[in-house]
Amino acid sequence: MSGLYQFIYETAVIILPSWTSHLVAGLSIMIILVNAVLMGAAVFVWMERRLIGRFHNRIGPNRWGPFGMFQPFADMLKLVFKEDIIPANADKPVFILVPIAMLMPVILMMAVVPFAQNTALANLNVGVLYVLAVTSVTTLAIFMAGWSSNNRFAMFGAARGVAVLISYEVPVVISLLGVVLVTGSMSLADVVSAQTVPFLLVQPLAFFVFLAGTSAELNRTPFDVAEAESELVAGYHTEFSGVKFALIQAAEFGGVAASAAVIVTLFLSGWAGPASAYLGWLWFLLKVGVIAFVFIWIRATYPRLRVDQIMALAWKFLLPLSLINLLAIVLEVFFLRDASGVLTTADLWIMAGINIVLAVSAIALFGSLISEKVSPNIWQPGAGLPEPTPAVAFPAREVR
Amino acid sequence: MFGLSMAAGLLVTLKNLTKKPFTVQYPEERVKQHPRFRGEEFVWYEERCTGCASCAKYCPLGIIKIETSPSETLPQQGDKYRLEVFDIQIFRCMFCGLCVEACPYDALFMGSGFEQGQYSRKEMVIGIDDLRHADKKPSTYLRPQLESANYDPRSGKPLDWKDVGRESWDWHLKEKAGMRLARPTPPDYAGGPQAQEESNTSERTGGETKFGGPA
Repeated sequence: MSGLYQFIYETAVIILPSWTSHLVAGLSIMIILVNAVLMGAAVFVWMERRLIGRFHNRIGPNRWGPFGMFQPFADMLKLVFKEDIIPANADKPVFILVPIAMLMPVILMMAVVPFAQNTALANLNVGVLYVLAVTSVTTLAIFMAGWSSNNRFAMFGAARGVAVLISYEVPVVISLLGVVLVTGSMSLADVVSAQTVPFLLVQPLAFFVFLAGTSAELNRTPFDVAEAESELVAGYHTEFSGVKFALIQAAEFGGVAASAAVIVTLFLSGWAGPASAYLGWLWFLLKVGVIAFVFIWIRATYPRLRVDQIMALAWKFLLPLSLINLLAIVLEVFFLRDASGVLTTADLWIMAGINIVLAVSAIALFGSLISEKVSPNIWQPGAGLPEPTPAVAFPAREVR
Repeated sequence: MFGLSMAAGLLVTLKNLTKKPFTVQYPEERVKQHPRFRGEEFVWYEERCTGCASCAKYCPLGIIKIETSPSETLPQQGDKYRLEVFDIQIFRCMFCGLCVEACPYDALFMGSGFEQGQYSRKEMVIGIDDLRHADKKPSTYLRPQLESANYDPRSGKPLDWKDVGRESWDWHLKEKAGMRLARPTPPDYAGGPQAQEESNTSERTGGETKFGGPA
């Protein structure tokens, strides 16, 4: 039972019976959690639009509130007042369920993330597994959206999205095995306390794979084939409007915030930092901000990949990298652990030294191996014109 | 190679992040406008206009409508038509400036504004009263006398009809010999550049014209 829950319960039990106090504590933490996710989404939307603007040498939203800070709320308010259209041929119950099915995993994902010392809503002993299971629900929601819209672009987007999500699930899960192996536990609180050296240094390869895979699972720009604006109208959420669209947007941007929180917990040692007993939440928020900046930076930099390039990246690049990482971690844990199976800080530093070299060389090797597949053939001056493809010779027709 | 170009791409965007944004916050800030800008709200000087309707004839779209009636004065006293109607359908205007180019008496000038948006087409027709009361800040488009005087319609003061002509042109003087317009004596070209300079200053001190110098 987490510290915040305990605190609310002990305050409430002074005047209320025990079972009501449990109810009050649970409900209040639930409200805090839902609002934290939605506020995180709003802050991330603002941050993303401002930063993308600056990356493009623009200013970004700056009309509404200081530095345009109220822009997400204005957007949300506008969407709430818009007409909520359900297409005539849509599968109505599924269509209505989609926004809920999209937003729920994001909120549920935050339930196990420790914001500070003993401040997770639920300190599950299978936290990592829970996070993976809950994020996979998004796949179903995307397919529901595409199927129920009865729109070809929505269906195309959903099919692409599901393909991307299923492909990237594999390297992400395998990269997380390394984290679980070093920690010796699946609880996120244990993962944080095990990171005397941040896992970013101990297994940079796993961090790289997890960041790329999460970026793909969130349908963000280098991997946003599911909602490619220039190809499909808006992908799987083409037909959604009004409140439903607002909820889907909140789920997308809240998903980035929640994933950043999970990445911070798994690889950047969570709330740990100087004076972490009191300032843990501050370190946590700072690290989440840094990871969110990296997400925005990647989005501002890379153009959208083709579908075949995305699949090549998942199966020919990230999957081998995650397997190499798993193999290296397994061997290192096997040889470095002491009799009771515990890794000391010195052991972690040794692993970091080995793994950083391994990561650089592995990324260079596999990067050059798939560069043929991913990068286009660039014409070099002086190389001459490319050979024209020989025309298929049709037999001349006999004229009668 | 080795994915290094990916990192190079990240550095390029990071470099752009640190640059100052190009955006000009329009209603609060404005880009500096060229004095030769061809804008809306034509500047028209009724005192100079003879109602010859050259502008209407030269307009490629035919959107200028001029109706005149004979005035009471004798031709020797500087005859001109009296204008009854001078409508410009500004919503069809493409700001080519041919009307300004055609005007033989420097009566019509391009304006420098661009914020005359209205809600209906009827309101987008500039009538004679609008032209009378418009800001007299002419653009220097095709008006070399304004340009050589470095007049800027955005920052300069409104100009009177006496300030904007090119009366020093000889053909102009001969053609309108009978007109009783107050105009400066033409500069003396015989004395060379030195004399020309002096004649210019004398004009200015005379207070007759500001832009009377040779173009």
